[in-house]
Amino acid sequence: MSFDFAVILAKAPQILAGLGVTILIWVAGTLLAAILGFLVATARRYGGRLADLVLSVPVEVIRGTPFLVQIFLLYFGGPYIGLRLDPIAAGLLGLTIYGAAYYAEIFRAGFQSVPPGHSEAADCVGLTRMQTILHVQLPEMALLVLPPSMNMAVILLKETALLSLITVPEMTMTVQAIGSQQYAFVESIVVLALVYWALVELANFLGRLAERRLSTYSA
Amino acid sequence: MTQPAISVRNVSKRFGDTLVLKDINLEVPRGQVSCLIGPSGSGKSTLLRCMAFLEEASAGMIEIEGEALGFSEKDGKRRRQTAAELRRTRSKIGMVFQQFNLWPHMTALGNVSMALRRVRGLGRKEAEARAMAQLVKVGLEARAGHYPSQLSGGQQQRVAIARALALEPTIMLFDEPTSALDPELTGEVLNVMRALADEGMTMVVVTHEIGFAASVGNNVCFLDHGQLLFHDTPETVFAAPRHPRLEQFLDTYLDRGAQMLR
Ligand SMILES: Nc1ncnc2c1ncn2[C@@H]1O[C@H](COP(=O)(O)OP(=O)(O)OP(=O)(O)O)[C@@H](O)[C@H]1O
Ligand SMILES: [Mg+2]
Repeated sequence: MSFDFAVILAKAPQILAGLGVTILIWVAGTLLAAILGFLVATARRYGGRLADLVLSVPVEVIRGTPFLVQIFLLYFGGPYIGLRLDPIAAGLLGLTIYGAAYYAEIFRAGFQSVPPGHSEAADCVGLTRMQTILHVQLPEMALLVLPPSMNMAVILLKETALLSLITVPEMTMTVQAIGSQQYAFVESIVVLALVYWALVELANFLGRLAERRLSTYSA
Repeated sequence: MTQPAISVRNVSKRFGDTLVLKDINLEVPRGQVSCLIGPSGSGKSTLLRCMAFLEEASAGMIEIEGEALGFSEKDGKRRRQTAAELRRTRSKIGMVFQQFNLWPHMTALGNVSMALRRVRGLGRKEAEARAMAQLVKVGLEARAGHYPSQLSGGQQQRVAIARALALEPTIMLFDEPTSALDPELTGEVLNVMRALADEGMTMVVVTHEIGFAASVGNNVCFLDHGQLLFHDTPETVFAAPRHPRLEQFLDTYLDRGAQMLR
């Protein structure tokens, strides 16, 4: 038995299209998840006890169930409540919700890491709650939340492979289809692994770059 | 009679089951330095924090230059001020903390100019020019571009004072501003405070520096177990302490205070 990567590489344009979908869903989903997670963490901290309690439920449920189960529920169960989404929309929404639950926890820890005196000082000079969050708390927690945030981004990238199971034409689905058409299943899996790994390394590199930029002020 | 800068009326504060402030009545006169002294845990910080509405009094009222702080009373009912109302009343107050509480991701100039930009809405240039003037006042213009982590404790506290002064409050509150400092650094901070007092700033200073209270204070309040036991001139309080609790307290701190006077 011999490996034949040529048949896979011959389909490079298709693979790139799949890669494009993967990157699109990953980047958009991660950004939306981080924003939604930040809003949830802010609401839990400043929205009163009731908001904290109410929001803790979805966060715990989402963190306590597999991503695959969630996207199946969303894609196959959605229509029962009138939520009919095409695969890409369902995939993006699913990834956003899933990631948001984790980002909410990351930012919750971030808020806790900022000494209360720092926001009291902001209150005393007349900053609004929103200004304090944006100009004091968020930049102060940045260095702390960056590593777990990048880690989460990497996890989300790898989770996008599961979106092939709800027929999102992303990279895993595309490459696997090529592999079975061309009778080069193992080769296709190897190519997949390499591309995901390259993306992860790229993400890690960008994360380290950001970390270095942020750490200028901490002596 | 002129209106006091701050009037504290029947203020009590409880944390859970413990009553930390017991029916405090106090008028802080304008243009004077009022020092709050008392043993650890007696409620000094809590009282000062109530004056900035960082703590809500459980009962009673605090007025800043005649305006209710945090709560307003209408037809005998206590209503919480909106965030905007609170900001307006609080704008008369500058607060200096024991732990400085500078924002670590901003330079000294950034810390001082922040409120000028975000609250006053000044442009960067104008805000930084005014912030620089405050830094000159505390003798730190040469450190404007330094981050807090690159400054000594005394320098950080002076930046914090400049930050509190930036919006030109009429009242400055200090919570043990030198307690977190090495002894050789307390002088530079006390000097800045002395200069402020000389300008006629209304100041409330929680302090263990008996020397400062005696030499700069116009009046001294002695808190013990949440009660305001004494409120008098420093001469009376320090020269002839007649209350056993006060004597006991002074015995503990006077040695340190005597050193400061030199
Ligand atoms: N947030 C809080 N929750 C519960 N108890 C508190 C809180 N803040 C203060 N206390 C309690 O209230 C009492 C008064 O505290 P406060 O900090 O006002 O004392 P202090 O006179 O400033 O003491 P120190 O000289 O040590 O700073 C203490 O018994 C303290 O434990
Ligand atoms: Mg205290």
